[in-house]
Amino acid sequence: MQDQTALKSTNSLSSNIGTEPVIDLTGLCFSYSEKASPILEIDRFQVHSGEMLFIMGPSGSGKSTLLSIITGILLPQQGEVKILGQSFSQLSGPARDRFRADNIGYIFQMFNLIPYLSVVENVILPCQFSSSRKKRTGNHSSSIRHEALRLLTHLNLQDPGLLSQPVVELSVGQQQRVAAARALIGHPKLVIADEPTSSLDTEHRESFLRLLFDECLKSGATLIFVSHDTTLASLFSRVIELKKINMAPGASGGGKT
Amino acid sequence: MRNILLLALKSLRNRKFTVCLTIISIGLSVALLLGVERIRTESRNSFTNTISGADLVVGARSGPIQLLLYSVFRIGYATNNISWESYQEISAFQDVSWVIPISLGDSHRGYRVMGTERNYFNHFSYSSEQKLQFATGVPFNDLYEAVLGSEVARKLGYGLGKSIVLSHGAGEISLIEHDDKPFTVVGILSPTGTPVDQTIHVSLESIEAIHIGWQGGVPQAGARISADQVRRLKLKPTSITAFLIKLDSPIATFKVQRAINEYREEPLTAILPGVALQQLWQLIGIAENALMAVSAFVVVVGLFGMLTTLMTSLNERRREMAILRSVGARPAHVFSLIIGEAVLVTASGIAFGIILLYGLLLMAQPLLISHFGLHINISFFSSYELLLIGIILIAGVVAGLVPGWKIYRYSLNDGMTIKT
Ligand SMILES: Nc1ncnc2c1ncn2[C@@H]1O[C@H](COP(=O)(O)OP(=O)(O)OP(=O)(O)O)[C@@H](O)[C@H]1O
Ligand SMILES: [Mg+2]
Repeated sequence: MQDQTALKSTNSLSSNIGTEPVIDLTGLCFSYSEKASPILEIDRFQVHSGEMLFIMGPSGSGKSTLLSIITGILLPQQGEVKILGQSFSQLSGPARDRFRADNIGYIFQMFNLIPYLSVVENVILPCQFSSSRKKRTGNHSSSIRHEALRLLTHLNLQDPGLLSQPVVELSVGQQQRVAAARALIGHPKLVIADEPTSSLDTEHRESFLRLLFDECLKSGATLIFVSHDTTLASLFSRVIELKKINMAPGASGGGKT
Repeated sequence: MRNILLLALKSLRNRKFTVCLTIISIGLSVALLLGVERIRTESRNSFTNTISGADLVVGARSGPIQLLLYSVFRIGYATNNISWESYQEISAFQDVSWVIPISLGDSHRGYRVMGTERNYFNHFSYSSEQKLQFATGVPFNDLYEAVLGSEVARKLGYGLGKSIVLSHGAGEISLIEHDDKPFTVVGILSPTGTPVDQTIHVSLESIEAIHIGWQGGVPQAGARISADQVRRLKLKPTSITAFLIKLDSPIATFKVQRAINEYREEPLTAILPGVALQQLWQLIGIAENALMAVSAFVVVVGLFGMLTTLMTSLNERRREMAILRSVGARPAHVFSLIIGEAVLVTASGIAFGIILLYGLLLMAQPLLISHFGLHINISFFSSYELLLIGIILIAGVVAGLVPGWKIYRYSLNDGMTIKT
């Protein structure tokens, strides 16, 4: 647990003074359909650059929904979503998609990889949809590949036998590391992970998180990590319980596990 | 967009087996549809090319299609003959430019023998006014000389000087042979792509000579007359099967036709070959349309097979689409990924079908010629065929719209929550 303090110290608030928050939500209200009661009602929520944020909440409390809003896939009925200073309400759907491609790396809970692509092809996928991330990795297919291999090596996936394997044959832990490499390639400013460790055992969970922190620190990315697993909370610089910021009466997550 | 197509390609490669089956089924259906269309137009062309230049075809009273079939296409048999006198009288009609007599009824190893006159080689034309050409040799001159169609010579391996024996009747295995009066091959015609290629030509007198002493289709016992004796008889034909007429001016066609149809001495039928062909097409058209409709349905079935494979894979691919969305793919990308797969599968199916079609045509061409006298040109696509191909491709895209739209809706609603 030593790096816990180390992480916190690198994240001193002084470096954030004067800079715009990475995420800035105001007066947000979201429901999946007009008839349904809102799932999210958030008055104000900010995340600053370089933060390692842990968002906690039981199943069904709206964590994934919140992430869909932050990534610009879903639009709230009310309120403003500002990511990296860009207000989403002013962007068209395709523009939000481009913004996401350029600035956000995303790791899913499970099954993160496209089954018909190789390990490296999976990692470099964001560069296919974002020219700026492509540019940041050197713009050449050889340099993109090189960067993918570098990230994979950092995440302890350097074995050439592993890399040539069909991705569906990798272990879950290996798949999650490939997904992390994909989220990190091209230095996105924001990395979002939606319970990426829930299918890993305790030991792998911590080592995976450590690698993720390491890479986010190196590229200066802000990390938002979502989980219902409270044991991980101590590793992060900031911990938020979703129900503390979410005023929606309907979204208690009760009844579900 | 190129990236998406590449993704579609890789995704298809990942499901090689089912995709190949789908491509094969679409390919087979495309080959069937185009094949039916090809045979239809080519057989029409082949029939239309068989006769040109003649204004009227005359035979014993019968239906126009039947007359056309037996006289020009050597399909079926004449019910009756025309007397030599009637033939001569009509030949002398005003406005008649030339006539070619045709006498059928014998064969050699399955190929029909046609008795005619030497002017046949000058006047008969096929396709667009093409005249008959001799590959080698000359027209028949003597009583026991024959000129072979190119296919006869090629298939049987006959050359000039070969002695052949004609058989009575038109079967492959004839019961009675005219073996006492063998013929010598004196000429071989160049290929025409018409029934002429399957015909053995002799003079009208020859037909008369080999049947001398016959009564009611069998040789009379004890009445055999040797070939040399016949030669001295100076035979005149007594009847023929049909004849072709060329008029000085086509304006007289209907007048002459009416005169022949109302001929008093003998019940005769005169037809305009083009008109009779039209009647034939109308008759065949119903069957052709039914065949085309069935083939079109087979294509639809093939496309439904593709739709089924796309739809069944859809649920497991929702996750894949969410991953693509997370790296910045637009709903439009996700939509075009599915459409792209549909297009790739359909296009590959069409390509496979076309290769199959041409392979089969190459194989079928010699068989159709030898068995049905049907000459198939292996040519590039007609505009109608290109239209058919285009329609199939569009139908493939339309089939892809259904799963494409579904996945588009999913990708808008699922967000980052993936249902499994
Ligand atoms: N596409 C959707 N359409 C309608 N309702 C949805 C949709 N996705 C989620 N919901 C509802 O929104 C609520 C919050 O779901 P969400 O997936 O955000 O929860 P979560 O906190 O991520 O849960 P978990 O920890 O199980 O992943 C749930 O009640 C769910 O039923
Ligand atoms: Mg969730």
